[in-house]
Amino acid sequence: MSIVFDRPHALVDKPLHYCPGCTHGIIHRLVAEVIDELGIEGKTVGVSPVGCTYNNYEYFNCDMVQAAHGRAPAVATGIRRSLPDNVVFTYQGDGDLAAIGTAEIVHAATRGERITTIFVNNAIYGMTSGQMAPTTLVGQVSTTTPFGRKPELHGYPVKVCELLSTLEGAVYIERVAVNNVQNIKKAKAAIKKAFELQLAGKGFTLVEVLSTCPTNWGMNPVKSIKWLEENMMPHYKLGVYKDISAE
Amino acid sequence: MAKVSFREDRCKGCGLCVEVCPKKIVELKKNLLNAKGYHPAGVTDMDKCIGCAFCATICPDCVIKVEK
Amino acid sequence: MSEKLLMKGNEVIAEAALRAGCRHYFGYPITPQTEVAHYMAKKMEQIGGVFVQAESEVAAINMVYGAASTGKRVMTSSSSPGISLKQEGISYSACAELPMVIVDVVRCGPGLGGILPAQCDYFQIVKGGGHGDYNLVVFAPSSIQELYELVVHAFNVADQYRNPVVILGDGYLGQMMEAVEFKDEEVINKVEKPWATVGTNMEREHNVITSIYIEADVLEAHNNKLQAKYRAIEANETMVEEFNCEGADVIVTAYGTVARIVKNVIKDAAKEGIKVGLIRPITLWPFPKASFEKYAETPKGFLCVEMSAGQMVEDVRLAINGKNSVDFHGRTGGNVPSQKDIMAIVREIAARK
Repeated sequence: MSIVFDRPHALVDKPLHYCPGCTHGIIHRLVAEVIDELGIEGKTVGVSPVGCTYNNYEYFNCDMVQAAHGRAPAVATGIRRSLPDNVVFTYQGDGDLAAIGTAEIVHAATRGERITTIFVNNAIYGMTSGQMAPTTLVGQVSTTTPFGRKPELHGYPVKVCELLSTLEGAVYIERVAVNNVQNIKKAKAAIKKAFELQLAGKGFTLVEVLSTCPTNWGMNPVKSIKWLEENMMPHYKLGVYKDISAE
Repeated sequence: MAKVSFREDRCKGCGLCVEVCPKKIVELKKNLLNAKGYHPAGVTDMDKCIGCAFCATICPDCVIKVEK
Repeated sequence: MSEKLLMKGNEVIAEAALRAGCRHYFGYPITPQTEVAHYMAKKMEQIGGVFVQAESEVAAINMVYGAASTGKRVMTSSSSPGISLKQEGISYSACAELPMVIVDVVRCGPGLGGILPAQCDYFQIVKGGGHGDYNLVVFAPSSIQELYELVVHAFNVADQYRNPVVILGDGYLGQMMEAVEFKDEEVINKVEKPWATVGTNMEREHNVITSIYIEADVLEAHNNKLQAKYRAIEANETMVEEFNCEGADVIVTAYGTVARIVKNVIKDAAKEGIKVGLIRPITLWPFPKASFEKYAETPKGFLCVEMSAGQMVEDVRLAINGKNSVDFHGRTGGNVPSQKDIMAIVREIAARK
């Protein structure tokens, strides 16, 4: 018998600190699998955000740099401009990318910076225990929308893929999910394509991954996936929002 | 025949693997607690395993290795 | 033979950085230092270096953080309000021990303030405007020639100690033109950077650049390591000019542009038979305490002159430790202390018993 499925080399063999059923773990593995399959671990530099995955530099075997909250795209720009032949990615959450880091992600994209951003959207601030995120849905309860998010008080959720796809520097923008095995495989394909386009020198690529937060949503892992399917997916439609490689 | 092995010490008892197994042979071992205090997942009837790796694919913690 | 040129301060900053081997610059426009960016934009493109105009000073310092992580010689420049925006990134860089040169061409404040020169950011830069216990090496040139030499020196010090280094100028220094003589060859101290994140090439464990340490003992150990580094910098890198201090009746202390005014006062006072000395800190951090300790009891009194409401004067008083009086004279808003006003105070101090 041969091994059909095992931990990818680019993922450090140590326990992840994430909550039970949090799908960050899946997304980390997908990024690592793509790095293995493209054979780029030795020349990849990743940038960790601030949030639940602030120390995911412990989980990737490639060189890693931890960035201030929201500034990963800027740090990645500094790395990219210093190492033209390397592969550079950022891994960011919705607070990091779509709240404090909005300017950085917009300008990295519009500069066409040759980096790949893995943007994990779980509609909540996880690390700091459940506050409203820019992607928190209308009506969704959080520790800062205790009676549900109300547009007249808390504004509307941000659709990042739609927002960034208007920028010419962005060459590939897709939203995926990891709620079931089929979508996990599609998510991996999207991440792989994003890295491939970076390797081909095309420009800025981003994959938005809908993800769960059992702890702060207040549900068990299985119910969390159901909640994501019934509430997030209708609002954050999966699909390709930009793909110049098709031209 | 396929074989699935679980690193029980890494499992957090999240139950996602139980949901996706097409053969319904994965379950959380109620009679066992790992060092973290979770009921680790495991396969009840290895013969029925088809090695599809659905369980491993959805596992957030790389607990499951699949051989075929 | 080196070439002698008449050049504007801001352009000398950029030229000096290029001569020091800097090939990566990230900046954002803000008066009165934007010519640094203009010069870099043109030269970097010509020589295949990297110039990025960032979307903000916050982004710029974080781009510098990224470039520094890969071991490149990297610089950014800004002025007061922009430097305030960079403070978080500077604190991160100090903790992650990233070498970089940060140029601050100070303008009058607070708030949007004005665009005229000032020295009102001493506290921000020398006492650490960001969070946490950290120090930046801070050079305060007072001529275009010294500006050039200190920028080159700054890159060597940054690399040697793995620490951010600041060139603290003011609007005058940035905007005025003076003769500058460039060496044919710069002294560039190459240092190995095994810690840099340039890709493992599958030949080593991965490198991590980070500034977070969750366990208290680990972060305390890291703080102790930083503090030990700062002690070493204090021991080896302090720079000061002591001028005419032996047996002086009055010792004036000032840095940067203001020190030049004091040198004229010294000539005026000599004609009136008053011997005035000058202690001119060249490094604001490490602060040249020893010079003040040496002359603490020599004059009838000390006078600290700044283009601010009084900031360095606190360090002067700390260094003199009560052994003598320390008067202060300052102007703000972009106004400059005049020779006449300084001379009047010098006469008053000299007349004391």
